[in-house]
Amino acid sequence: MATKEILGKVLEIDNDGHLKNPSDWNEEIAKALAAEEGVGELNERHFLVINYMRKEFQEKGDAPSIRKLTKESGVDTKELYQLFPKGPAKLASKIAGLPKPKGCI
Amino acid sequence: MSNQTEEIKKVSIIVSRGSLDGVYPGLIMSNGARMEGIEANLFFTFFGLDAIVDKRMDKLSISTVGNAAMRLPWGQKMPTWLGIIPGMASFATSMMKKEMEKLDVPPVREFLQMIKDTGAGIYACKLALDMFHLTKNDLWEGVDDILTVGDFYQKSAGGLILFT
Repeated sequence: MATKEILGKVLEIDNDGHLKNPSDWNEEIAKALAAEEGVGELNERHFLVINYMRKEFQEKGDAPSIRKLTKESGVDTKELYQLFPKGPAKLASKIAGLPKPKGCI
Repeated sequence: MSNQTEEIKKVSIIVSRGSLDGVYPGLIMSNGARMEGIEANLFFTFFGLDAIVDKRMDKLSISTVGNAAMRLPWGQKMPTWLGIIPGMASFATSMMKKEMEKLDVPPVREFLQMIKDTGAGIYACKLALDMFHLTKNDLWEGVDDILTVGDFYQKSAGGLILFT
């Protein structure tokens, strides 16, 4: 199993480089991952998206679709792409400590 | 062969068919590209133009005539001659729309707005517009521009072109 050191802790990661165990995640780790991915400093809007994704993941076992996310989180599509310019599927889920979303939408 | 493992950075997707099943793959792939951080342009040509003609985009349907892969709701292959019965196309279309909604795939107009909001470009083919005697005023308001083939290749520079 591949591992990665984040903030002095050695954490398991999956084949996509995402955290293997969502429970290893905390806000400090999110900030470290965001810096590494070039997202820069996370603000409360980033965390709105991240926390919504984590909540959905805990309830449904997969990250929400973009459509669902933008309808329910209060962050619209345009803003979502401003917050995560390199793509919300890849980036937001990674920073949220979740596996890559399984859905196509 | 070394560039086989290179990441895709940009795609230009051509939508040339105007049936619901002809339009959706291009929409899903361009939205999916943006979700992955890949730059995307959508180019609508020939009957695909219907997807961005304001008065037609909400009324796209699937064709049951000559569609050999068509199946009945219980999974049995549909005899192709059944497809000509009045109402079959609209029945099949409403079935498909329901299934898409279940998968959280939006209707065409909402989907295009979503794709536009991701920063993707949405373009109409000049030749197809002329051919169908349509003008810019007939197009959905979100269309970025009307392009010639030459313009399209310029916009597509450095990316992959997918024809659907």
